[in-house]
Amino acid sequence: MTLLFRNQRRKIVNVVMLGMTAFSTLLSVSVLFFVLVYLIVKGGSSLNVAFFTELPKPVGESGGGMANALVGSAKMLGIAAITGLPVGLLAGLYLSEFAGRTMAGAVRYAADLLNGMPSIVVGIFVYTLVVLPMKQFSTLAGGLALGIMMIPIMTRSTEEFLRAVPVSLREASLALGASLTLTIVRVVVPAATRGIVTAAMLGLARVAGETAPLLFTSLGNAFWSPGVLHPTASLPVMIYNYAVSPYDDWHRQAWAAGLVLLTLVLLANLGARSLLGGRRHA
Amino acid sequence: MKGILSVVALRLRRGDAVAHAFTFVFGATVVGVTGLLAWELWRNSALARQQFGWGFLVSQTWDPVAGQFGAAAFVYGTLMTSALALIIAVPLGVGVAIFLAELAPPRLSAVAGMLLELLAAIPSVIYGLIGIAVLVPAMRQWVQPILKTATGGFPLFSGPAYGIGLLTAGIVLAIMIVPFIVSVGREVLLSVPREQREAALALGSTHWESTWKVVLPYARPGLYGAIFLALGRALGETMAVTMVIGNRPEIAASLFAPAYSMAAVIANEFSEATEELYLHSLIEVGLVLFFLTMIINVVARGLIAATAAPGTAR
Repeated sequence: MTLLFRNQRRKIVNVVMLGMTAFSTLLSVSVLFFVLVYLIVKGGSSLNVAFFTELPKPVGESGGGMANALVGSAKMLGIAAITGLPVGLLAGLYLSEFAGRTMAGAVRYAADLLNGMPSIVVGIFVYTLVVLPMKQFSTLAGGLALGIMMIPIMTRSTEEFLRAVPVSLREASLALGASLTLTIVRVVVPAATRGIVTAAMLGLARVAGETAPLLFTSLGNAFWSPGVLHPTASLPVMIYNYAVSPYDDWHRQAWAAGLVLLTLVLLANLGARSLLGGRRHA
Repeated sequence: MKGILSVVALRLRRGDAVAHAFTFVFGATVVGVTGLLAWELWRNSALARQQFGWGFLVSQTWDPVAGQFGAAAFVYGTLMTSALALIIAVPLGVGVAIFLAELAPPRLSAVAGMLLELLAAIPSVIYGLIGIAVLVPAMRQWVQPILKTATGGFPLFSGPAYGIGLLTAGIVLAIMIVPFIVSVGREVLLSVPREQREAALALGSTHWESTWKVVLPYARPGLYGAIFLALGRALGETMAVTMVIGNRPEIAASLFAPAYSMAAVIANEFSEATEELYLHSLIEVGLVLFFLTMIINVVARGLIAATAAPGTAR
């Protein structure tokens, strides 16, 4: 009799606990939908043409937009791509194809360390390295901060995707008499291109939303920022400044900006993942 | 003919050497950038380190006007919010990982996994925005008063319900780190050999018993690694915390009290720091954050490498 009860209890525990894991999943996933729906409702009603075409209005005047912040963010992402992508890519290539044990360990360790670094610390680094000597907050400094954040992302994923290329492909190429370099350029890298492009898109999407490293590198600007040597507005910093301000109209615009930023980031993510097709990317 | 061939071969090998050297420069750049980052933080916090020594970590006084700086309140805020985040996120995240790895059909698992990766992609400033608009009022009106009555004046849950504060920041952080625990945790669970489960089931254990008593213990180091990785994220998280923690440099007993974190004080005060000592003190806070995340990440990677196949931990 007691055995029967015990078995029943075990079955109940089984169902309850497994049910709870399903519930945690539901709860976690619903956060995503909540954030999406909330931003669409709050941001959608605040979004208008002026947001994309006009400069921010001074405090007290309602209306205006964030055209300069959109351009500023785009410029900084461009600088991040120019600086961070090649360094990360070639470092990843070095790791998977050339590096000896010691050096590979050092590069991997450095990349992981940089990857785990809080973004605000990267901001301090660029501040001491670029802003202080130039005595100027600038688009360049902000872009470099984002570029540095991209380096470890690109390094580790490039390495991973290159390593996933089958050895038989390399051997076939080498057996045909091609040099190692030719094999890498013509066989290995093309086979991994999709993965690498995906990694680049995911990396750019990640740094596009970064706010902390921009606070004291690109600072902010109420007007257009010519070239790359002046302070510039950016979408994430605008969201932050407007969200913590006491003005209702600024809150409204923060929601609109949040919706635009989130849409761009999620689209880039979905695009990158669909490019990779069925292959799962950790 | 033979001579020509060997010349060609030599040239090709030289090409390899050039390619090796060329990519080496970039590999070295990664090491160099990381090293330079550490060096710049060290160099530019010299004034504060000389002036305050180890007392910097113990003193609670943060007075830019008097030139007195101690980071204890920020360290406390960072550690407390991260601890709260772990308390909430670990059961939740491990639960999700179990569901995705052990229970869900592969299709569902893939879709849910992708949705959680999208959750991880949401920028932190947007979590902060939602935090201010939704979570803070909800905490003020519902959660904090209810917790207060339910616990009957327990010091952790006492004081006025501002909405902002340690607990709110901890909850936002928890939401942000769940995806990290899930993505690494699921990998780790999936790397547990199938025979382990089958043996447990064959001995008559229920699905849950095989998970709880066999799979989880087997995967324990990797799960700890996932948790440490998430902790590393939580410690350095800046924007969302800055927006809801209340930004008051005090150590109070209550979780409802406004507090301050290391990352938040850097974010808020860095561009106002005109005095050199003030700037160096803020950079020293960054240096502390650097060492903290460095240690946590090293431990995390060691633990994950102990269970999971190489390459899964990122």
